[in-house]
Amino acid sequence: MSEKALSGFRITVLLIISAIMIATGIEFYNHRNFKEGTVAGPSVTSVKKLSDYSSIMKGSVNDTNVYIIDSGKPGGTALILGGTHPEEPSANLAAELIMGNVKIDSGKIMIVLRSNKSASLVTRPGDAYPLYYNIKTDWGSKKYRMGDRWSSPLDSWPDPEVYVNYPSGQLLAYMDIRNFNRTWPGRLDGLITEKTSAAFIELIKKENVDIFIDYHEAELEYPVISTIVAHQKGSDIAAMSSMMLTATEFKIGMEFSPPSLHGLSHREVGDFSDAVSLLFETPEPFLDRVRGKTNEALLLEGKDEFVMRAGEAGLLYEQIDENGWHIDTRVARQVASTQMVLDTWSDFNPDKEVRMTSLPTYSEIRENGVGSYLLNPSDYDKNLIYYE
Amino acid sequence: MDFINSIVNICYYLLSAFVAFVLLRNIFKSKKAQEIVLYSVMLIPFVLRVLHIK
Repeated sequence: MSEKALSGFRITVLLIISAIMIATGIEFYNHRNFKEGTVAGPSVTSVKKLSDYSSIMKGSVNDTNVYIIDSGKPGGTALILGGTHPEEPSANLAAELIMGNVKIDSGKIMIVLRSNKSASLVTRPGDAYPLYYNIKTDWGSKKYRMGDRWSSPLDSWPDPEVYVNYPSGQLLAYMDIRNFNRTWPGRLDGLITEKTSAAFIELIKKENVDIFIDYHEAELEYPVISTIVAHQKGSDIAAMSSMMLTATEFKIGMEFSPPSLHGLSHREVGDFSDAVSLLFETPEPFLDRVRGKTNEALLLEGKDEFVMRAGEAGLLYEQIDENGWHIDTRVARQVASTQMVLDTWSDFNPDKEVRMTSLPTYSEIRENGVGSYLLNPSDYDKNLIYYE
Repeated sequence: MDFINSIVNICYYLLSAFVAFVLLRNIFKSKKAQEIVLYSVMLIPFVLRVLHIK
């Protein structure tokens, strides 16, 4: 190739690459800056920021909204976290459903929709994750950012060779320094995810949180699934809730939080505060490694022939059939489990009751769909809209 | 730790910028079409990282 032809080739290639870079760059930029308009429900009495409890979060991407529903009557305080792992959408959707629809007779509930917002600002293009997902509602569809398990490397980079959990000293995988469910109880001078955990511990202590619930989803290949993982302080509540739910609504197990497994909320929140810590897991076939086409339909409908085939081969810890695990069912499980756990907590602790009413039942959410319970931002005053 | 990590973070961005510069220089120095395409494709993640986009 002559020098002149080579120069022309260089410019052509650079133009094509620049076009690809601009097109993808715009997509990534828009995803990172996409705002989810969320209505503070009629029962919400105030909305605070995480930095109101811990100044280290001031100006941070993870200075998330904390929705507070205070009955004004004596009772206990519950903290519900959605969005710990933003690739598990039933978590933030269940938190939003409760925040928008709940009424409480006693005590106080604090709800966070995007606990690790940074992780919701990035996806896994290499795993073919969609950038967004849409939930059908009576007033159109509501668009959400699809996220990842780990905080964005744009907010925390580079990772160490090995992540050493503080203060346990337990060695964990390098990227888990960005995993919000491996950084508990956190470190005030650590990286952003460790700081977020530390800030939540400060919130829990300042608000005297009695019961802490962390929503999650799991692949069917993973043994900790369809269960409530409980710190020993909450084993009685989890066991009773598991029995009652299994007898009346759906099958759900109960597992003890291993005392030597550090960094997870069900262990460290219980160890480092007075709160009882529980973690809920629902099945999400989208996360299974043997899944087929990875798209929004799989994320929301939870149907996959390859995961089904793995089940037929006895490789799964949860059942799956042609009906899959629809997002409505997964959200319904989270909401019904929360209702049962808080009812049980209130029965066991009459001086610290947190009584929720008016939430849709498991059957109603499955029948009507989670979208039926999402509030339309255009129906409400701008002062009631918060951005996640 | 926060301060040290910020320094390391800045160093990594400088490294990314340096690698992007070297790749760009190689695109203009190389005489092989295949290498020009290869370096150009490799350039994308470094530029997006330096620009704080991905």
